Order: sequence, then structure tokens, then C-alpha cells
Amino acid sequence: MTYALEITGLKKTYKGGFQALKNIELKVEQGDFFALLGPNGAGKSTTIGVMTSLVNKTQGQVKIYGHDIDNALEEAKSHIGLVPQEFNFNQFEPLTNILVNQAGYYGVDRKTALIRAEKYLKQLELWDKRNEPARALSGGMKRRLMIARALMHEPKMLILDEPTAGVDIEIRRAMWDFLQVLNKEGITIILTTHYLEEAEMLCRNIAIIDGGEIVENTTMKGLLAQLDTETFVLDLAPIQHQVSLDGVVSRQLDDHTLEIDISKKQSLNQVFAQLSSQDVEVKSMRNKSNRLEALFVSLINQADKTKENSKVEA
Amino acid sequence: MNNTIALKSILHKEVHRFMRIWVQTLVPPAITICLYFVIFGSLIGKRIGEMGGFDYMSFIVPGLIMMSVITNSYSNVASSFFSAKWQRNVEEMLVAPVPNWVIVAGYVGGGMCRGILVGLIVTFVALFFVDIQVHNIWVIIATVSLTSATFALGGLINAIFAGSFDDISIIPTFVLTPLTYLGGVFYSISLLPEFWQGVSQANPIVYMVNAFRYGFLGISDVSLVTAFAVIGFFIVTLFVTAMVLISKGIGLRS
Repeated sequence: MTYALEITGLKKTYKGGFQALKNIELKVEQGDFFALLGPNGAGKSTTIGVMTSLVNKTQGQVKIYGHDIDNALEEAKSHIGLVPQEFNFNQFEPLTNILVNQAGYYGVDRKTALIRAEKYLKQLELWDKRNEPARALSGGMKRRLMIARALMHEPKMLILDEPTAGVDIEIRRAMWDFLQVLNKEGITIILTTHYLEEAEMLCRNIAIIDGGEIVENTTMKGLLAQLDTETFVLDLAPIQHQVSLDGVVSRQLDDHTLEIDISKKQSLNQVFAQLSSQDVEVKSMRNKSNRLEALFVSLINQADKTKENSKVEA
Repeated sequence: MNNTIALKSILHKEVHRFMRIWVQTLVPPAITICLYFVIFGSLIGKRIGEMGGFDYMSFIVPGLIMMSVITNSYSNVASSFFSAKWQRNVEEMLVAPVPNWVIVAGYVGGGMCRGILVGLIVTFVALFFVDIQVHNIWVIIATVSLTSATFALGGLINAIFAGSFDDISIIPTFVLTPLTYLGGVFYSISLLPEFWQGVSQANPIVYMVNAFRYGFLGISDVSLVTAFAVIGFFIVTLFVTAMVLISKGIGLRS
């Protein structure tokens, strides 16, 4: 089976001696929606940099749709569309020129490029701005412009390095819808993001990178299944008495708010039954924190502890 | 992968860039050259008399055109490529399957277009001051093309190494301008003492200006064969250097 991305033993040491990537092993299947998460400086952007040839690797092998970047770099690059973290277009160029030039670098003729530019600018709601210089766009528009640019050569794989950073929630959700449509059309999507809710909502598989190493690589469902306890916040109709729940850790914050910690083995029905017997009416309920966020923090802490221990042992 | 389309795209982008800011790129050389003609041609030139068998104004015209070509070919690529590095839009090309020679050829082609266009503008302005004669059009075309390519390559290498906007003005100010002024634009090197004639022969611009002047007036301080050999040597050396630098990702890849 040919993977969309296959990374083996990837290492990167910068000139000053900083080892950004220690031994990355990663496989992404064709058509996947894959999340690459990690704290700042974990090695996400360096990994993407190596894949797109913006960073020279020190050691290891990277294959894009079966094309090794060491001996078939141009074929490998032709399959990738990159949406980088930083704005990296000519701020003085009109949008259409940016898109058409980018398509040209991939060998797409001007006539076809103009048709595609119109299609993507319309889909990403930038058509009205097509003749304006890129610097005139808002932050959210600039992010969408970079997505349109990455699609101009119709790549098989789209890499998005924090595509929704600084984008308001309405536009972010529109971008999510757009990315889901692209994925359904067969484009493999690799996403790095700081919005863990985004990864949870969009991605089927996930790798967590920390300190230049993959500390977790599994399915999103598998990862979330590792959660033992979730905290829910219940909004209640005002009550005058103290609520008491058997077998459930709870905290009554005021006369209309109750927090409960539920383990996987427990049922919410039991909680509701107990509340009902005490004449407590539940108006609404929500997760206290993002589930993935809790896991992410715990995995990173675990990895940090392991490193500390190995240092002590050494 | 269609390299011709990629090359056309870079060329189109480059030409569009300097045409969009024509007030900064095309007008100043025309004004500068007017001043040279008024001061060195009309005012001082009349007192100098003849040089190389031609009146002084006619003698300096080829050198002045070549000076504009050199300066503009160099500065176009230096500022455009460095600006692409600075704004990081050079990454648009680096992540695409564009061969390195196409990137070099695209930028050099853009520099040549501006250099030659400015050369044409300066020639047109010169027609208001002097009758221009043509001795050999092919020598003119070959010299201007090869010289603009040489300095466009020089500008590209400067931009690759540059870490700030100051770095792209150092070479033009401290190397290019002195070499141009001492490159026989305003005088025949045969007027110099023997020692300085020898020193001048180490200046590549002497060969370019003289070959160009030969195309217009049929006179030159150096042989045409030597001139083209020197220009060819610089083009090959600079092209290989630029290719090695881009292949290694110097200043471009971490």
C-alpha cells in the first residue's frame, strides 16, 4: 500500500546543535484527515518544512505518495499543497496574480489557472477582492487566500500549519466545512492546530509530537477512549438546598451550578435519577473543558516526566 | 512538469513588478542620463573636444547606456529576490517543483528585461542630444544581452547572501559604481598611464563598455574577442555560483 506520507527515522539538527527532530516515524494513509499536534517548538513546522523542502533534513527518509524526496523531489512536491503558518505571499500583488503565478510554478497554464482562481476565490468568498493587493485583506481573508493558493495545482495532499490561527469563529467554521468537503473529494489533509476542538472535530487520526519525538500516534477515537473521567457543568433551576450525589464526585458552585466528575464506568442516567429525586431541575449541561485538551496536556506532561526520569537515571 | 510555464510565470511576475512601479524603476535612469548629457555632454564636453576621433558627447553615449543597463539589471534582481526572501514569498517557488535553473533563469530574465528596457529609454533620451550612429547592430545586441545577464546574476547572488536591505546596497555603492566610473564610460583607457591601463584591464566593465562602444562607433580599447571571452567567463562563473547557492539553499532553506 502506498501511503500519502511515510516518514522513517527523520532527524533534524540545526547549525547551533539544536536537535529539532529526534527520530520521527509517521505514516498517513491516502484520503486521511490527520492531526499533528504538539506544543510550540515541538517540531511540527520543522517536520512540515522537511516534507516541503524548506528545511534540509539531517537524516531519515520522507516519501510523499511513494516519491522519496531524496531522489524524486519534484514529483513529491507536485502532490503537496502547503498552507504555511506565516503569511508568505507578496503583499503588493493582487490576489488573482498570486494565484495564477503559483499555478504557473506547477506547470498549470494561464487559462486553466484563471478558471481555477475564480473557482477558489468564489468558494472562499474572496472574489470581490480579486484585484486588490493582498495587504488590503484582513487576517482571516489572508488565511483563506493561502488555502486557495495551495489548491491551485489541485494537489493530492494539503498540509495546513495552523490555518485558523487568529480567525474568528464564524470564518473558522466555514473553513472547517470547506476542508471537510475537500477531504470527502479525496484530498489527504494534514493539519496542525492549537485549537484542539478543531482537531477533534475534523481529524480521524492523530499524532502528538513533543521535543522532536512522536509521543502518541493513534486514531482520534482511540485517543479519546483513553479518557477516564470527564467533568460536566450542569445549569440548574435555582435551588435552596444542598445537592448530594452518591458515588459521584460533585461540587455545588452556587444555587444554580453543579459540577460533576463522571468516570467511563458510570452512567449519566444515575446522576439524573438522583437529581430528579431531590427535585433538582437540570436546564442545560456542557463539558467543562475540551476532552482532547485534557488528554493532550496529560500526554505532554507524561512525556516530560519520562524525559526527566531518564535524565536522573543517566 | 512544464518548465516553460514555470519560467514564463516567474518572468511575468518580474516584469509586472518593475512595470507596476515604473516611476521608481524606469523614470529615474532617464532623468539621470539627461543630467549626464547636459553636464558632461553640452557644458563640459564642448571644452574637452574629441575623444577617439568622435566628439565627446558621441563618445560617452554608449558608456552611459551601458551604465544604466548594468545598474538596472543588477538592482532589479537584487531588490526583487531579496524582497521575496524578506516577505517569504520565495517559498512559493521553493515548495513547487520548479527546477533551480528555472528560478535562476526567471529572475535573470526579469533583470535583463528591465536593464534592456532602461537601455532603450536612455537611448531614446540620448537622441535629443546627439545623433546616434550604429556600426554593428549584432555586437550591440550581443553585448547588451550578455552584460545585463552578467549583472542580473550578480544581483541574484547578492540577494541570496543579503540579510537586510542595507546588504543589497553595499555592492552597488562600493563595488559597482567605482568599477563603472573607472570602466571607460567617460574616457578612453588609452589616455591613462601604462600602469593604470594594466589595472583597468582587470575591470570587467572595461570590456563591456568597449565592446558596446564598438557596436556604435566602431572603436574599442580592447579586442572584441577578448571582450566576449571575459563576459562569457563571468556569465558561466556567476551562473554556476548562483546554481550551487540555490541548490544548497544558502539563505533560503534552514
